[in-house]
Formats: sequence, structure tokens, C-alpha cells
Amino acid sequence: MSQELFDRFTKCAVELLSVDAGKVTRDARFKEDLDADSLDLVEFVMALEEEFSVEVPEKELEGITTVGQAFDLIAAKAK
Amino acid sequence: MQGAGHRVAITGYGVVAPCGIGKDAFWSGLLGPGITAAKTVEFADWNPLPYFANPKEARRSDRVEQFALAAAQEAFTMSGELPYDPTRMGSIFGTGIGGLRTLEEQVVTRVEKGERRVSPFLVPMMMSNAAGAAISMRYNLQGPAETICTACAAATHAIGYAARLVAWGRCDAVVTGGAESAVTLTAVAGFANMTALSSSGCSKPFDATRDGFVFGEGAAVFILERWDAAVARGANIIAEVLGAGSNADAHHITAPSPGGVGAQACMRLALDDAQLLPSDIKQVNAHGTSTPLNDSAEAQAVAAVFGSPTPPMTSIKGVTGHPLGAAGALEAAAVLLSFEHRLIPPTANTSTLGDDIACDVVTGEPRSWTPGPTISNNFGFGGHNGSVILGPAS
Repeated sequence: MSQELFDRFTKCAVELLSVDAGKVTRDARFKEDLDADSLDLVEFVMALEEEFSVEVPEKELEGITTVGQAFDLIAAKAK
Repeated sequence: MQGAGHRVAITGYGVVAPCGIGKDAFWSGLLGPGITAAKTVEFADWNPLPYFANPKEARRSDRVEQFALAAAQEAFTMSGELPYDPTRMGSIFGTGIGGLRTLEEQVVTRVEKGERRVSPFLVPMMMSNAAGAAISMRYNLQGPAETICTACAAATHAIGYAARLVAWGRCDAVVTGGAESAVTLTAVAGFANMTALSSSGCSKPFDATRDGFVFGEGAAVFILERWDAAVARGANIIAEVLGAGSNADAHHITAPSPGGVGAQACMRLALDDAQLLPSDIKQVNAHGTSTPLNDSAEAQAVAAVFGSPTPPMTSIKGVTGHPLGAAGALEAAAVLLSFEHRLIPPTANTSTLGDDIACDVVTGEPRSWTPGPTISNNFGFGGHNGSVILGPAS
């Protein structure tokens, strides 16, 4: 896992979700741990798409519940 | 106020306006200089964060909702906690437009970046009912939560309808008022192209040289309660809603009916509702937008209803500009402050009344008075007329 990519991911989460950087860990669950509802996630993914210049089709987000899952999805595309 | 006969007390209010945040700063602003060189009057550095739990909550509220929640915070601090059944407390709020800033930003985003970049919060932020809904959610008001969108008469209609819900016995408390934040580039262009905005950038209601309104923004929120219930809980009663009137010109989408006949009828409805005579009214807080047509029709209507001399009449729009659907809210707040300070604020910038203005317009210095029943008028595009009569607590 690239720390540089994860730092950029964390920066987006802090800004968009109003959470402390320390809470943005791979195991953190969006809903339970980061208080992010489904609309928050849509907005967050938009910000990630801009930050990493990637596109994430909606159906690829199905089943994504943790920071680690979301990061892996983005990192795999951010080449 | 007629209906089931309950008296309607005002036990708290809050104000957010470019001339002052909070009722005391707002009052100082009303006694200060008017707008003399601007087509718009907006907050230069509005900060919503003090009114939200975190930046995320603030960001997903359009500025019109931020204003409403800020004013509500002051109002609830003043009233204290309301001890009523939540299902018997409501939110009846007014706005002319709603979240226009958000809509305009997101239209630009869509054009520049495509549909996939349009915010998922666009809809809940732009909808006109967002501000009133936010108040009902934050304060757990589970009774009627309805938004009135009658352009520049919206807040006056909201206050009247809110008071009626209390008078009728449907609610023990209703939170009301209005908010607007619609000064976008597109809206300014629209108002300018219809020649409604002041070409000189000066808001001078009823003046001989008035040439249009200055576009403003802001919010005010009021807590209305059943008088007997407010007394029973030991609340500090600030004022009373004595009556309200609402009607339509059914004449023209933007121009008032000739002679202000619709406005005359509206004021008479409010007087009947309050069971008062014209001679009982001690102040007129005018709509007074500074447009040639509005001010002429309104002055004719006031003179027709009240005779000569009219009660002292003032318009705060020399200072506040015209905040569309929030106008009636800011003006009701000004009326409550005029009760508290025993002064009628002057109509800023106005020096020489137009030949068509046969009313006792307060200009120059604030005027001392003995607080008494005061009528506040607001009129909206679409031919909507609203009048509300407020009285000092007694």
C-alpha cells in the first residue's frame, strides 16, 4: 500500500466527512465509525475521482463498507 | 386573532442580516447609514460554523438554511426550552426562492464538469422547504412543517399562518419567520434586466428620486406560543400577534394593482382579524422597497386605510435592502425592537418624499413613540399581499 496514496485518500476523507485523520484507518467502517451515510459516500467518491483522476462506476461501489476496501478500489485504478 | 380565541405570544426571536447578526447588532444597524452605492447588500464574510455540529453539516446546508438555523438558535436561546408535546409544535417558514446559490453553483459544475459531478446534496439544498425542514428537525417539531413561497410576502404570510395555528388551538408553539439568500449573478441579472434594481445603487424608500431596490439577504425566526401556556411556564412574553391578513391582487405578475386596492383590502382584513380600528394602529412598518411602483401603490393604500395624517410609517429597506422572502421577517424583528427601544427607526437615505407619498414617513432621526399596535406589510410578485399586526406585550 502506497503511503502517499493513502495520505491523499485520508485528506479527502477528513475534508469531506469532517472526521479526524486518526479515525481514517483501513478497518474503519464508513457508516458506523465515520458517520457517513450513503449521500456522504457519493460525494466522497466524487472527490476521490477528482483527486486521483479515476472513474468509479456506481456498481463497483456495491459492498464497499470500509476505508480499506474503498482505498484498494481507488488505488488499483490510480496508476 | 380570530379563531378558537387563543392569544398568540412571541417569546423569542433571532435575526441575521448584513447590517447585524443578533437582535442588538441588527438594531444598531437599523439606526446606522443606509445603502448608497451598491446594487446588492450581502454578508462579506458569513461564517456558518458556529451554528453547526461540524463543517460537513454546514456544507450540506445552503446559505439560506444556514441563516435560518442561526436565527433560530438566537430565538430558542431567548425563549428557553419549550415544554410542549412535540406533535403540537410546528414550523411554518417563508422563503421567496430557497437554495438558489446551490442550484446556480451546481448548474455551473454540470456545464463545466458533466453530470457525474453534480452534488448528491443539490436537491435537499436547493428545495425551498429546506430551511423550515431543518428547523423542525433540529428542534424536534413534529407538528405541521410547511413552507410558504409567496415571493416577497412569504415571511409575513408565514407569521400570520403560524399565529393562526396557535390561535386555532392546533399547536401550542410554532416556529416561524423567513430566510433568503438568493443574490446570485443570474438572479441579479434577472432583477436588473426587469429594471427592478436601483440603477443608482441607493435604497431610498418613498423618496422622490427612488429608482429601484437594492437586493439583500438575511433571516429572522420567531417563537410563537399560546399566550396562556407561555404565562403558565413563566416565559418572558415579548409581544403579541394581534391579527393577520392575506389576499391577492389578481391583477399582474409584477405590478401592484392601481391605487394599491389589494393592499388596502389586505390591511383591512388584518385590522378585522385583530378587531382593531385604523386609529388603533400606531406605526406602519412598510414594505417600502424603493421601487417607484411599489412605494406609490403602498402609500396610496396606507393613506386610504388610515386617512390623514397616517400613523408614522417607516421602511427599513434603506439599510437592509430587499431580502425578498425574508423581508417580512426582518421587518417583524424591527417592529419588536421598536417596542423595546421605544423608537421608530428612520427610513434611511430618504430626504424628500415623492409627490405621490401622502404619508407620515419617518426620516432623518429615529422617532420616539409609545409602543402600540403596529402593522407590517409585505407584497410579492404574483400579486400576493400580506399584513400582520403586532402589539407590545401587555
